[in-house]
Amino acid sequence: MTFFSHIIAIIRKDLLAELRTIEISSAVIFFALIVLVIFNFAFELQVGSQEIQTLGPGVLWVAFAFSSMIGLGRSISAEKDKGSLEGLLLTPVDRGAIYLGKVASNFIFTSIMEAITLVAFVILFNPTSLSLAVIPYIILGTLGLSAIGVLLAAVAAGTLIREVMLPVLLFPVSIPLFSAGVNLTRNAFESRPFSDDAGSFGLLVAFDVIFLVVAFLLFEYVVEE
Amino acid sequence: MNETLIAVENLDKIFGARYALRGVSLRVHPGEIVALVGPNGAGKTTLLRILATLSRPSAGALSIGRIPLPQHAASARAAIGFVGHQTFLYDNLTARENLEFFATMYHLPDVAARVRDAAQRVGIENRLNDLARTLSRGLQQRVTLARMLLHSPAVLLLDEPYTGLDQPSANRLDEIFRVAQREGRAVLFSTHDLERGLAVCDRALILQNGRIAHDLPRGDWKTLAGFMEIYARVLN
Repeated sequence: MTFFSHIIAIIRKDLLAELRTIEISSAVIFFALIVLVIFNFAFELQVGSQEIQTLGPGVLWVAFAFSSMIGLGRSISAEKDKGSLEGLLLTPVDRGAIYLGKVASNFIFTSIMEAITLVAFVILFNPTSLSLAVIPYIILGTLGLSAIGVLLAAVAAGTLIREVMLPVLLFPVSIPLFSAGVNLTRNAFESRPFSDDAGSFGLLVAFDVIFLVVAFLLFEYVVEE
Repeated sequence: MNETLIAVENLDKIFGARYALRGVSLRVHPGEIVALVGPNGAGKTTLLRILATLSRPSAGALSIGRIPLPQHAASARAAIGFVGHQTFLYDNLTARENLEFFATMYHLPDVAARVRDAAQRVGIENRLNDLARTLSRGLQQRVTLARMLLHSPAVLLLDEPYTGLDQPSANRLDEIFRVAQREGRAVLFSTHDLERGLAVCDRALILQNGRIAHDLPRGDWKTLAGFMEIYARVLN
């Protein structure tokens, strides 16, 4: 129970601190909206057009990827800047609980950001056949991104060029996640049967499980000197 | 006094090719207050960080009570209270929320009472609802001291604890040291404020170039001037 109470305390602390200022959330949401608008101009996407069904999933996941990067980077670097991560490491808390707490709070933030981005996407592009089936895929993608993102953000936070280092580390590792996420989202956009992309679903689930376990085990070595 | 709360034997810490600590050995017993003094870069912070389990030694044996470090660091952390250069506080949480969070992390019973008690000991009970970022450096340092006291640790490690404290707050810190002494805790702190640090300690360790150059029991100096004479001789 101690393990879970520590996770909950970390989530509560992160949510409380963010809700006080909404600094990171507002920046992340603004960035996601900018990405959507830029793609709108770049591809000259017409509201309700067929191109939206083809390009929309990619546009959506690019917005998710870039904006979640900001949130992930800040969530760990803010702890490092003030030394509060060391304060946390001084306590007898299992490092795995710290990791899972940070993953959970990032997952919550990113999910809220993605929900707003999704609503903005629907308003801007009005896709004709967007189904709710897209939601579990986005949730799985967000979980995977948070799982590996927290670990790599902790690695990047220990370097002098952390703002550059996080995307350099995170994007290559996350290619299978984005690939599966885009495929599954397109599947949902085109209302194709799930069996058409069961492989991508399996890849997404495997990515989540593997990186949750690996990052959980490695986090201690990354955050401790 | 055979029992020791802090035991260090032949501790080395190497950063790259440079020795930050070399062959450091020391013991601090229950009820003892020990000051670490020395010039910048002598290794004071490194030593305290290793003892606080924030850094790993390159060589040597050390223990907190009977718990060997770094092998059983997780168990030792419950017995260690550490104040470092940074406050370790969350800016966007109030002082109370910060302390409650850390009390939860130490898995303490009756969190509200612990927070109230620690806040009273450092005199911040009327500022508990202020956001940490709105507090002055001195008040933040007091919240940090309260965080250190929350779990009643057997070993108190403090790196430049007088930084930012005004006279009454520094007096209060001296009182915290004396209470810790009466309660049989071990206190090891670094300071550049020799006058204040020497007034409260039982023993002073002069650290120079990563080595303990001198271990001076209180009886070896009578006045600050007397200590400064020895200090200057050691450093030269």
